[in-house]
Amino acid sequence: MSSPVLAVRDAGFAYRGAAPVLHGVSLEIAAGRSVAIVGESGAGKTTLLRLLLGLNRPTGGEVLFDGQPLDLRNRARMRAFRRSVQSVFQDPYSSLDPRQRVRRIVSEPLRSLGLAGPDTDGRVAAALAGVGLPADAGDRYPHEFSGGQRQRIALARATVCDPRVLLADEPVSALDVTTRVRIVDLLGELKESRGLTIAMVSHDLSVVAALCEHTAVLESGRVVEQGDTREVLGAPSHPYTARLIASVPRLLSALRLEKHDG
Amino acid sequence: MSLLDVTGLSVVTDSGRALVSDLSFTVEQGGRLGLIGESGSGKSLTALAVMGLLPPGLTASGSVVLDAPGLGRTEMVGAAESRLRPLRGRGAGVVFQEPLTALDPLMRVGRQIAEPLRRHRGLRGAELRRAVAAAIDRVQLPEPDRIARAFPHEISGGQRQRVALAMALAAEPALLIADEPTTALDVTVQAEVLGLLGELIAEKDMALLFVSHDLAVVSGVTDELVVLKDGRAVESGRTADLLHAPRQPYTRSLVESARTFENALERITR
Ligand SMILES: Nc1ncnc2c1ncn2[C@@H]1O[C@H](COP(=O)(O)OP(=O)(O)OP(=O)(O)O)[C@@H](O)[C@H]1O
Ligand SMILES: Nc1ncnc2c1ncn2[C@@H]1O[C@H](COP(=O)(O)OP(=O)(O)OP(=O)(O)O)[C@@H](O)[C@H]1O
Ligand SMILES: [Mg+2]
Ligand SMILES: [Mg+2]
Repeated sequence: MSSPVLAVRDAGFAYRGAAPVLHGVSLEIAAGRSVAIVGESGAGKTTLLRLLLGLNRPTGGEVLFDGQPLDLRNRARMRAFRRSVQSVFQDPYSSLDPRQRVRRIVSEPLRSLGLAGPDTDGRVAAALAGVGLPADAGDRYPHEFSGGQRQRIALARATVCDPRVLLADEPVSALDVTTRVRIVDLLGELKESRGLTIAMVSHDLSVVAALCEHTAVLESGRVVEQGDTREVLGAPSHPYTARLIASVPRLLSALRLEKHDG
Repeated sequence: MSLLDVTGLSVVTDSGRALVSDLSFTVEQGGRLGLIGESGSGKSLTALAVMGLLPPGLTASGSVVLDAPGLGRTEMVGAAESRLRPLRGRGAGVVFQEPLTALDPLMRVGRQIAEPLRRHRGLRGAELRRAVAAAIDRVQLPEPDRIARAFPHEISGGQRQRVALAMALAAEPALLIADEPTTALDVTVQAEVLGLLGELIAEKDMALLFVSHDLAVVSGVTDELVVLKDGRAVESGRTADLLHAPRQPYTRSLVESARTFENALERITR
C-alpha cells in the first residue's frame, strides 16, 4: 500500500470557547485512493475536512501532508500543499464570488498557482463541460444558476488545475441521480487516468459505494468504524453504521409499501 | 377553491430566454404536492415565482392564486410587494434551497427563530423563549441552548438547514414550500425530519409544496407529483401511479435510474 498523502493522527479539536467536537481521530488518505467520511449531521465531518485543509489547527494530535506535519507557518511547504490540494465546500454558493463571471471563478486556481496561459480558456471550457454545464455558462454570474449548477461550478473550479488531492464536502448533495452518476463517473475517470486522490464527505451511500474504497464512520466526533467500504457497508460492526444503512430512503421499499396499501 | 392555483405560469429572462413554461398545478388545503426534476429544470424558480420572490432580471406571467384561510384570495403574479408581504410566513412560508443565503449571518439563530413566533403568533417573554426551544427541538436539533445562542456559521450545514425549516414552520403557514429541505442531512436525521414534517403538516392541516431531485425522498412525503424537464411539466399525477406506471419515457427513465442507483448499494449491503 502506498504511503498516505494526507493523514490525521489522534487529532482532537474544539472551536473557541466550546466543548471538543473531535476526539482522537486517525485517518489515512493513501495516494490515488478515495476515502469517504460519513456520519450524522453535526458529527464533525466538515470540521475534520477543515483540519485536513489546514483551515483549523488540531487542538491535539497532528495533520500530516506527504508524511510531514502540516505547518501553516512554513510558506514553501504551504505553497506545495496548495498546489496539490483543492476543495469543494459544503455551501458552494457562499464560496463563489458573486461579482465575478463563472469563467473567472473557475480559472482562479490556474491564476493563483501561476498556471494560467494560452490554454486557460480551453481548460475552463473542458472543466465546465465535464460537470455537464452548457458552453455559455462561463459568461454568466453565479446567481444566474440553480443550486445544483452552482455545486457543479465549485467542482469545476476544484478540478480545473489537475490537483493531486480533492477534498470535497457533500459535492453531490444538490444533484439528481442522473447528474450524480455523471459526476461520479467524472471523478472515477480522474482517479483512473490522473491518479486523483479523493477524500469526500457524503451522506449518499450509493455514491460512497460507487466511488470510495475506504469508508470512515464518524459519530459525535469519534471514528467508530473504518475500513474497506464493502466491509463497512456490507457488514457494519457498529450500530450507528447499521442504522445509517437502514435509513437510506428507498424507492423499492416505497413501491412495496404502496402495493401493500393497495 | 384550492389553496394554491397555478395556471400557465411562465418565467422568462430579460433577454427573452424561457426558464419555466406554461406550468399548471393546484394544491388543496392539507394537500402534499411534489415538484421533481433534474438539476436546472426550473423547480426553484417555480417555488420563487409562487412566493413572488423572483430575482431582478426574471419575470413571471400566467396566474398564481393563493387563497389562504383568513387572508383572502391573492393573485401573486404582478402583485405589489405591499400586498405580498403580509402573506409571507403565515399564508405561505418557504424553506430556501441554500439555507445560508436565507439566514442572517449577524443574528443569533434563536433570535431568527423568535422573529416569526413574535410576529405571527404574538408570543412574548418566557412564552416566546419556550416556543423557540420547542421549535429547535422539533427539528431534532441537539443542544437547543447552544444552537439558539450560535451564529449561523457556528453550526453545521445540516444544523443550519434544520434551523431554516424551524423558522418556516414557526409561522405555521397555510402552505409550506420546501425547496430541497433535507439535502444537507444524513439519512438517519433526514428520515426523522421527514417523519416529523409529515406529522406536523397533518396536525396543523398545512399544505406542502415539496421540491426535490430525489424520487425516493419525494415519494415518501407527497401524494401527487409534477415532473419537470427544461421548465415544462412532462407528467403529473398521483405519486403512487407515477412510480408504478410512468406514462412518459422521461418519467420512466427517472424511475429507472433511481432504481439502478439503489441497486448498486443493495448489492453491497445485502
Ligand atoms: N464555528 C463553530 N463554533 C462552534 N461550534 C461549531 C462551529 N462550527 C461547527 N460547530 C459545531 O461542531 C459540531 C460539528 O460540526 P461540523 O460542521 O463538523 O458537522 P458535520 O458533521 O459537518 O455536520 P453536517 O452533516 O450537518 O454538515 C456541530 O455540533 C456544530 O454545531
Ligand atoms: N437569475 C437567473 N438568470 C438566468 N437564468 C437563471 C436564473 N436563475 C436560474 N436560471 C436558470 O434557470 C434554470 C432553472 O433554474 P432553477 O433554479 O429553477 O433549477 P432547479 O430545478 O431548482 O435546479 P437544482 O435542482 O439544480 O436546484 C437553470 O437552467 C438556471 O441556470
Ligand atoms: Mg458539514
Ligand atoms: Mg433548485
